[in-house]
Amino acid sequence: MADEQKSPGFFAELFAPIAGFGVTFSTMFRKVVTEEYPEEKRPTARRFHGRHQLNRHPDGLEKCVGCELCAWACPADAILVEGATNDDTPIEDGGAGRFSPGERYGRVYQINYLRCIFCGLCIEACPTRALTMTNFYELADNNRADLIFTKEQLLAPLQSGMVQPPHPMVEGLEERDYYLGAVTAATDAQRAHVEEQSMRHTQEPTEEVH
Amino acid sequence: MGLEEKLPAGFVLTTLENVAGYMRKASIWPATFGLACCAIEMMAVGTPDYDIARFGMERFSATPRQADLMIVAGRVSQKMAPVVRQVYDQMANPKWVISMGVCASSGGMFNNYAIVQGVDHIVPVDIYLPGCPPRPEMLLNAIIELHKQIQGSKLGVNRVAAARAAEEAALGALPTSLMAPTHDHTAHLVAPAGKNLLA
Repeated sequence: MADEQKSPGFFAELFAPIAGFGVTFSTMFRKVVTEEYPEEKRPTARRFHGRHQLNRHPDGLEKCVGCELCAWACPADAILVEGATNDDTPIEDGGAGRFSPGERYGRVYQINYLRCIFCGLCIEACPTRALTMTNFYELADNNRADLIFTKEQLLAPLQSGMVQPPHPMVEGLEERDYYLGAVTAATDAQRAHVEEQSMRHTQEPTEEVH
Repeated sequence: MGLEEKLPAGFVLTTLENVAGYMRKASIWPATFGLACCAIEMMAVGTPDYDIARFGMERFSATPRQADLMIVAGRVSQKMAPVVRQVYDQMANPKWVISMGVCASSGGMFNNYAIVQGVDHIVPVDIYLPGCPPRPEMLLNAIIELHKQIQGSKLGVNRVAAARAAEEAALGALPTSLMAPTHDHTAHLVAPAGKNLLA
């Protein structure tokens, strides 16, 4: 007869209800084939469009010249730029300071990441390669205001050899020399200037007390 | 809802909150519901490669009544807005909302009359996720952020107190019209050393 079956043994019958767990148990020792995102991050493609970054010249001055071409190129109107004029009058005489080589710098720079579609048109538009994209993508947040990134958040951190602007350009060089690769690191004069300004800054509150 | 409503604030209730948060965050059932291109990435998260089952979320619920999480994936048109709200209303408490992609979060590049400028105009949003569309890892990151939020959620009298504090903060918040400007819009018009660019 076709429906006649050999009766299973005593142990096979005893463990039949939990036999399925054998699959679960043996899988625990197999190689994991899925993405293990929070623990192990797979690298993105090298040209992945992630968070923006505002780059610096090798002496620490910002590359952004405040031209607003990125804001004009943006199809989602996510970028706000307001330029201002660099000021070489000494800060003690009421000068605003120099932040980039040349005439102008980006005083206000904001990117609204709830509008940005990461298309990269701003990167293409940037004439000084001031704006580039990183591979960073973990941007989720619980409110809208914190996803408008300001200039401090977007600026690249200071690398070795750079000093924090405002400080003058490398002495004897003009703006075009920065793009010809003549600048490799901050000079001693620039370092001295920044140190002097920070000293003045720390002394000011005590002067006001007297 | 249950026993936790009758507990006084204190050790027992906070312990219960921790346990409930741990349980809740480990098996969130999302509603099956995508509006546009972000839904493709949301489906990619459901594939075996990204394996959303690791977070106990593999069961995309076919009915909002059995879902805990609404992932608003895609632009919300004005015509779709009442439908989205109805889906949200049909979900049972506790429920959460992830606004996936820039279109759902703020209207994105569609700043026009046809698109709701942010799904938070119609439903309360817990996590905003930028990207157009966000890559699957970004959605996983948003889910992990949501887990943190759920772990810290309140129950019973603590929840009532938290809701009251949030309402008071909202009522006492400064209107944007009275806030200090983030930057001076006219400073750049006056050049230093007597050079006035407007002149």
